[in-house]
Amino acid sequence: MTRPRTIDAAPRPHTGRIPRNPGFPLELDWVADVRVNRSAVERRTATIGTRRTVKKDWQAAWLLRAVTLMDLTTLAGDDTPGYVQRLCAKAMRPVREDILESLGAEHLRITTAAVCVYHQLVSVAVQALRGSGIPVAAVSTGFPAGLSPFAQRLDEVRASVAEGADEIDVVITRAHVLNGEWEALYDEVRAFRDACGDAHVKVILGTGELGTLRNTARASMVAMMAGADFIKTSTGKEAVNAVLPTGLVMARMIREYRERTGHIVGFKPAGGIRTAKQSLEWLMLMKEELGALWLTPQLFRFGASSLLADIERQLEHHVTGRYSAGHRHPIA
Amino acid sequence: MKVAEIFESMEYGPAPESAVPAHAWLDRHGRRFGLFIDGEWRDPESGAYFDTVNPGNAQTLGVIAQASTDDVDAAVNAARDAFKGWRALGPHGRARYLYAIARGIQKHSREFAVLETLDNGKPIRESRDIDIPLVARHFYHHAGWAQLMDTELAGHEPLGVIGQIIPWNFPLLMLAWKIAPALAMGNTVVLKPAEFTSLTALRFAELCADVGLPKGIVNIITGDGRTGEALVNHEDVDKIAFTGSTDVGRIIRVATAGTGKKLSLELGGKSPFIVFDDADLDSVVEGVVDAIWFNQGQVCCAGSRILVHEGTAGRLIEKLRARMERLRVGDPLDKAIDIGAIIAPVQLERIDALVKQGVAEGATMWQPSWSCPQDGYFFPPTLFTDVAPAATIAQVEIFGPVVVLMSFRTHAEAIELANNTRYGLAASVWTESINLALDVAPKLKAGTVWINSTNVFDAASGFGGYRESGFGREGGREGLYEYVKPSWQASIRPSKAAGGAAGNGAGSNAEAARPPASRAGDMPAIDRTAKLYIGGKQARPDSGYSLPVHDRRGRVVAEVGQGNRKDIRNAVEAARASAWPKQTGHNRAQVLFYLAENLAARSDEFTQRLRQFTARSSDAKREVETSIERLFMYAAYADKWESRVHQTPARMITLAMHEPVGVLGVVCPDERPLLGFISAIAPALALGNCVIAVPGEGAPLSATDFYQIADTSDLPAGALSIITGRRTELVSHIAAHDDIEGVWYFPVDGGGGEVERLAAASMKRTWIAGPRDWMDPVQGSGEEFLRHATEIKNIWVPYGE
Repeated sequence: MTRPRTIDAAPRPHTGRIPRNPGFPLELDWVADVRVNRSAVERRTATIGTRRTVKKDWQAAWLLRAVTLMDLTTLAGDDTPGYVQRLCAKAMRPVREDILESLGAEHLRITTAAVCVYHQLVSVAVQALRGSGIPVAAVSTGFPAGLSPFAQRLDEVRASVAEGADEIDVVITRAHVLNGEWEALYDEVRAFRDACGDAHVKVILGTGELGTLRNTARASMVAMMAGADFIKTSTGKEAVNAVLPTGLVMARMIREYRERTGHIVGFKPAGGIRTAKQSLEWLMLMKEELGALWLTPQLFRFGASSLLADIERQLEHHVTGRYSAGHRHPIA
Repeated sequence: MKVAEIFESMEYGPAPESAVPAHAWLDRHGRRFGLFIDGEWRDPESGAYFDTVNPGNAQTLGVIAQASTDDVDAAVNAARDAFKGWRALGPHGRARYLYAIARGIQKHSREFAVLETLDNGKPIRESRDIDIPLVARHFYHHAGWAQLMDTELAGHEPLGVIGQIIPWNFPLLMLAWKIAPALAMGNTVVLKPAEFTSLTALRFAELCADVGLPKGIVNIITGDGRTGEALVNHEDVDKIAFTGSTDVGRIIRVATAGTGKKLSLELGGKSPFIVFDDADLDSVVEGVVDAIWFNQGQVCCAGSRILVHEGTAGRLIEKLRARMERLRVGDPLDKAIDIGAIIAPVQLERIDALVKQGVAEGATMWQPSWSCPQDGYFFPPTLFTDVAPAATIAQVEIFGPVVVLMSFRTHAEAIELANNTRYGLAASVWTESINLALDVAPKLKAGTVWINSTNVFDAASGFGGYRESGFGREGGREGLYEYVKPSWQASIRPSKAAGGAAGNGAGSNAEAARPPASRAGDMPAIDRTAKLYIGGKQARPDSGYSLPVHDRRGRVVAEVGQGNRKDIRNAVEAARASAWPKQTGHNRAQVLFYLAENLAARSDEFTQRLRQFTARSSDAKREVETSIERLFMYAAYADKWESRVHQTPARMITLAMHEPVGVLGVVCPDERPLLGFISAIAPALALGNCVIAVPGEGAPLSATDFYQIADTSDLPAGALSIITGRRTELVSHIAAHDDIEGVWYFPVDGGGGEVERLAAASMKRTWIAGPRDWMDPVQGSGEEFLRHATEIKNIWVPYGE
């Protein structure tokens, strides 16, 4: 039977660089105009995973794509150089070669999108990933609370860039949002962006601590005006991290910002995304709300540490028809 | 497509739900279905069958029996035979069966869902996630009502045999809405599914047998309009419940007129979807998707008229078009499509013709760039802009995935545009201001108002229309009353003895009235002219004629004006201008208490008046006393007939608001000239209706005397008009006036049929009340009256920040 055509045929990933968001002078009206109806947002997100689904080869292909959108992350007090080296090895070979061959995907150069670590481990990761083309991301600015002295936070950004980090995940001062200090938030993010230089900046809003979806939307808009390359939900350390209603609201703000300025901003949900099924819901949300451009690592990342293991098992299931076990896949 | 290619394109692929088990069920029946009558499958008398077709691929699924009049007769007889036992089973026994049905639906939910999608063409997502869960919920909820009938509906009894006719857009859900409350209240049913979609009803019949439901309680007869007609016209059916088009609903109203059959009609709509400038526009866009692209727009309450603030229209249109581009139309069994197939070619043609007409009339049509599949009955989502209220597509129900968009300037204009329709089924209001939302919702003429949401349903909430969208409610407590009658009433059907003769109280004696001679004998008494009472003023009848009034000995004691249709018209105009509906319950109570006070002050005079007309002179005093008490009673109710908050299982406040019906024509009984009049007008007034009262014809002077009481009791102009004259003539003028919302008729000797026939044109609510003992508080007052004076609007208010 004839299938409906979709208009958003995806551009090839990794080709054609999208210009960075240069930011925009702070428009407080755009912040004030924000309207978010939580109940309606939740109704929409409740049907993201029921209106769309991908099965069989489509599911395998989408899961492979999810792997390539992953910022493989470790952000723990017991991170060591040795562990980060292993993590980088996993980032370069995230899926077992035989599975890729069975899928006919061995030529796709499947790697994760980046490796994300604390500043102390940036140089280790840079070293380990040399030649792979996989960027290193560093969390910064007093992650996760972001309440260390401002000058120190800027120094932290510069230090990580100097060590070779390509991407900096900064955290905002949540108080600026909770108290409606939009100029302060704008200035803070602008300063972070300037400190990053050529490194891309992902602005973590800490949405689990912002109280309302409306605050999330307003903070998103200000961060984008201040020049965020990505807006990111959470540190992974809050009580509530990446959930679909938050993601929907942020995606809609990205669309709004693009409509108003023409500039394109990426999105990174982080924290709590652990299953292959969840990852597909996020991808469907992106495709539906923003289009397939947001299914490329230039504009979309998962911040995740345990998601990969579930995707590997689902991919093997697709290949063998047998439910897989965790120990069949190499860990970091 | 290879994995590597999909990896690049990130397209969606096919995701079909298996239809194998459903087809196996069809095969088990040899793809040939009989009628389910008296607990068994029967071949139709006529031997005739018709095809049922899968709209998703135009293939025949099986053949369905065409029930004839004989089959309908057999089904009704079976239901009648089963009624006694079902009623005797009692609330708890009935609750057990309804519970078992609910369980059965859940246990076979996917089978029902797939079968529904095969037969109807709706997306499997909807049948799986919306229709079937709501069906189960409806039976669970009503298992509860069955259990509680004796306590929560004390003083009520089942009606008997219910004939139910349902549409093809939500086949099993509409079956549940019909059967669950009917059975819960102790009735038995004969249900006719729509001829396009009989399969799930037949599967349901099987379920009834499986759970051991005694034979004859549920009978399923399939067929086309002729079968429905036979059911409607069957003498032994006590009530007809119909969901479908307004045109057919009107035919049924006319067909059942005068039979005493209770009737509920859930009909068409052209529901407004109102977007204010402070709405969350992205959520509005998803709301539109749910409003008009749910079930291909084949939804009676579809939000098919977008009304948007002029300054916001441009942005909304852009967003809508972008969203439409991403909608997916296709195989209804595909789990990743938004819009399935249109039910049948005839509907597809109608939609297409209306869309062409919209274009021809100058509106701007927009459809997505992609094209629909060709092997089923598909129509793309369609948005019309540059639409004026005068356009055909802005007025008629398209019943397809087609929405029109118009703009407004102020919120007052939004309300005016929203109400600028004959329909009144539902409305959706989008704003982030609770002040605005709760200001607008009560002003919309619609049975359901969804704030910041749309097409949300639940068994605990009533659903039904205002105006030509029909009357009666389904779901919730309010829906139960459609299936019961007061216990004191022997039957709701008129006795066979009652003829259709017109009232005979006046006019037969042409003798002119003379002022009665005074007792002294010398001076004549001063002539007292009973006029009409319209808009708070005494008015001479437009006709310039008067009718004599005879006392109990047949002497002419006075004359009253002979009202005509222009007097009725004037009373309606006065009612429309009246301040009465806007008054608070407390204010209305005060006026009613005051009426009682002033009546008490003149009780001797009113007693004397009654004695002119009744031999029971000792009774006259009691009638006046009871009238005073009744005014007190409704004064008391004026601020206590409270709305409810339904417990729907969503994060919503669902307000079942009691609203006045509007302008009510109240044609008072002949017996009990004062008490009958007071008992009829007071409940209507108490709840904020404006009343056009026609006093009993035999003794109208108690009513005309009453306008002096009204004048001295602060009753605002237009709240009450009193039009004397020939009852049967005046009630016809009332029934035929399109700006009157309801008519109550207390016939002397039948004659309600003409009222119901005339009322059908505007789907006016009619209450042809049976004879009763007005002195008895159970029969002559109370909730039955209040319910008829009330329109229930369910307002859904989601919350959460």
